Amino acid sequence: MTLPVAGQEAATPATLEKISDVVIRFAGDSGDGMQLTGSQFTNTSALLGNDLSTLPDFPAEIRAPTGTLAGVSGFQVRIADHDIHTPGDVPDVLIAMNPAALKANIADLKEGGVVIANTDEFNVRNFKKAGIETDPLEDGSLAGFRVYKADFTTMTRRTLEDTDLDTRSKDRCKNLFALGMVYWLFSRSIDTTVEWLKVKFKRKPEIAAANIKVLKAGWNFCDITQLFQVRYEVEKATLEPGVYRNIHGNSALAIGLVAASRRSGLPIFLGAYPITPASDVLHELASYKEFGVTTFQAEDEIAAVCASIGASYGGALGVTCSSGPGIALKAEAMNLALMVELPLVVCDIQRGGPSTGLPTKTEQSDLLQVMFGRNGDSPVPVLSASTPADCFDVAMEAVRIATTYMVPVVLLSDGYIANGSEPWRIPEVESLPDLRVQFHEDAENFQPYARNEETLGRPWALPGTPGLEHRVGGLEKEEGSGNISYDPDNHELMTHLRSDKVKRVAREIPDLEVHGSPDGGKLLILGWGSTLGAITGAVNDLREQGHDVSRAHMRYLNPFPSNVGEVLSRFETVLMPEMNLGQLSLLLRAEYLKDIKSYTKVQGKPFAKSELVAKALEHLG
Amino acid sequence: MTATETLELTKKDFQSDQEVRWCPGCGDYAILSAVQATLPELGLPKEKFVVVSGIGCSSRFPYYMNTYGFHSIHGRAPAVATGLKMTRPDLQVWVVTGDGDALSIGGNHFIHMLRRNVGLKVMLFNNRIYGLTKGQYSPTSEIGKRTKSTPLGSLDAPFNPLSVALGTGATFVARSVDIFQPHLKSVLKRAAAHEGTAFIEILQNCNIFNDKAFSGVTDKAARSENALYVEDGKPLIYGKENRRGIRRGPAGLEVVELPEGADESEIIVWDEAVRSPSAAFELAQLQAPEFPVPLGVLRAVDRPVYEQQVIGQIREREEAKKDASLESLLNSGDTWEVS
Repeated sequence: MTLPVAGQEAATPATLEKISDVVIRFAGDSGDGMQLTGSQFTNTSALLGNDLSTLPDFPAEIRAPTGTLAGVSGFQVRIADHDIHTPGDVPDVLIAMNPAALKANIADLKEGGVVIANTDEFNVRNFKKAGIETDPLEDGSLAGFRVYKADFTTMTRRTLEDTDLDTRSKDRCKNLFALGMVYWLFSRSIDTTVEWLKVKFKRKPEIAAANIKVLKAGWNFCDITQLFQVRYEVEKATLEPGVYRNIHGNSALAIGLVAASRRSGLPIFLGAYPITPASDVLHELASYKEFGVTTFQAEDEIAAVCASIGASYGGALGVTCSSGPGIALKAEAMNLALMVELPLVVCDIQRGGPSTGLPTKTEQSDLLQVMFGRNGDSPVPVLSASTPADCFDVAMEAVRIATTYMVPVVLLSDGYIANGSEPWRIPEVESLPDLRVQFHEDAENFQPYARNEETLGRPWALPGTPGLEHRVGGLEKEEGSGNISYDPDNHELMTHLRSDKVKRVAREIPDLEVHGSPDGGKLLILGWGSTLGAITGAVNDLREQGHDVSRAHMRYLNPFPSNVGEVLSRFETVLMPEMNLGQLSLLLRAEYLKDIKSYTKVQGKPFAKSELVAKALEHLG
Repeated sequence: MTATETLELTKKDFQSDQEVRWCPGCGDYAILSAVQATLPELGLPKEKFVVVSGIGCSSRFPYYMNTYGFHSIHGRAPAVATGLKMTRPDLQVWVVTGDGDALSIGGNHFIHMLRRNVGLKVMLFNNRIYGLTKGQYSPTSEIGKRTKSTPLGSLDAPFNPLSVALGTGATFVARSVDIFQPHLKSVLKRAAAHEGTAFIEILQNCNIFNDKAFSGVTDKAARSENALYVEDGKPLIYGKENRRGIRRGPAGLEVVELPEGADESEIIVWDEAVRSPSAAFELAQLQAPEFPVPLGVLRAVDRPVYEQQVIGQIREREEAKKDASLESLLNSGDTWEVS
């Protein structure tokens, strides 16, 4: 294919350079298909065997005015030939589809990093929309970077000259031109994306053909023009042997729930109301009907959780899934589940800020809400997932605790891991925990609020079972009989039983594990949830530099593992980074009277490894 | 243990050992009695019944029924019952609610349950007042109602529960009265047999906070004058010696006097199964004293039942993807092997 060359002379063939690690950020308008472009690059790299980590970043508006800063959507992916834990602090390569995308992201780019810009969009009209005075590609402001220019839009239109598509449809293919260029630059084949396009547009073959043509054109453009003097190669990473797939947190959560359903024999009932960033769990489970999954898009968050409780009452695995604002609405019903002592899994995919806050950004600030945001003394077990793949394991564990202890369990994830992805070593089905449950069927001396001596859980007695007719409800119950009781001593007893039941979970959960110096030392960085990657990266770097730093990560936030107090006492300083104003450190301080140093960040984005390294060094003196 | 013998069931089998704690003279007693008398006649074993309620006086109902029972939270009984029925279609689920529970705090769940046509039997005890919180006006209270929270009279226009239900596309809409026992039982039986959501408004007297709210139809004298018993296929005739009828006039429904030998051809013959809810809506609007109070089944139509369709989709997919295994799910999408 011969393609016009815009302003560049054909040069000497590019040299091939091996690199171990690269961070690429695709940025454009929210209608430019940046999430798709980034995901395709990710999938191709995953199949090549790279380790990877992704960070999508998009606005809450579906289509903010084009060309504006508000509408910029980004997708960051880091690929490596070794084990990595984060999507990278700073991008090495920025693909800027327009001036706003450049302006919004250039401050993050690594010094000397690569900018690939779509010159077609760099015009006065767009400068105005982005609030730029002069052309950044020409005014010298990008002097510290290596800038590569190409007119993506013009070349996309020319590539599709002989097709019947209208201009609008042609222009929508331009992200594939950019993707083709990036595939060439990082020496990857376009085959995976070609196959994906064929499936994706099975019913619109002309669209599939156009996209494939443009993808090839982008690749060929680089090959022919030698726009880049260097071409890079990132070899496959050495991962533990096994079969892998790339997985997002919300997918892992949904699959984990299906796995829990299969291993427990309980059909899943998911009651949900659409909310960012949790809706994908609903979408995904809705597509697994062949596994007996019932999904119910309720009229509101309250109906969603109440229907799930009704399903649990009937013997299904009741699950509800939401984010902070929705969890606030579910509080009363969660207490109902706690009072009637039925299993329920409440997934909170946390997002930024109070009220509507930052819907598409990440934060860990619902911990105190799920711990305490209900009337009365109403403790529930709280678990947190720390990586996209970890959502799978935590989902199964949440189901185990809910059905063993007959209690609502909160599972905390967040926008970062929900939308982020990583390679996941697929487990063998036989290795998954056995979650079978026993329904109560014996009518002799049946007491709905009798308790299992070990777990303090009450019997799960299903409607339809002859002889077990009984009533449950939110009014205080008499221990044993379950009749309404206003007796003062009974209320005190029941309040303690509900609390002790949750405390008993600590008897069988694993100890908090210390990585680094298990016997103690100068500094422990303690985290929970999605800070795991950044903390691991920071601690590895610091230890390589010879610093006495260790790390530990908490999956169980209520109850705490039994050894936490003892672990804290082994370290001179405990530093706790959190994407909130210090919520877990508050709980740990209260529980263990340890002067934990809280390090907080609430910018709607995850910690950078470098931030943690710098903060740790302050404490290391 | 085997299923309970259904034929032997009596009213007593449905009475729980809990002391009934409504105020003496409350209309709820009569409704409880009618329900306990009706359920044994339905041919279902006792363990198949579940009574789900919200919050309020009426919602204490499950505790007095010796069936499975779930006293949930304020306004949410339809949602709890929907989740239960979707996963356990084998159960006969009755929802007990009140005017505040269903039409104020639970208004959203109420309308969505009806539009979905979930297979639930719903009894709304309408006493036009908040009883359990000691006498505030409710969403069915008449304008100008003086209560503790409205010392100068309430300003809110009331809901007509039948109209609300009809507006949602409900497939079974009926009304009865707490103390009209034979009528109430017959309506309950009709509701039990309906496949989708069966909604019954039960006019219920709160003798403490809103006594005689429905005296216009329940007093002995008023009963014969103002109760219009709506029956499928029969003309809308009511009053002493059936001397009055309802016909459609130029400005809507109107009352016609029917002296002996009068021509009754203009009187509306009720059709409960007509697809459009318009006629039922018009009838539901009638109220005393200008008009009679319609009682009975105003609407009963067939429409696909929600949980049956939900389960149908699942079965269809299970059938189409028989080889679906957890292993295949875990390994779905693009995978690669590291050795």
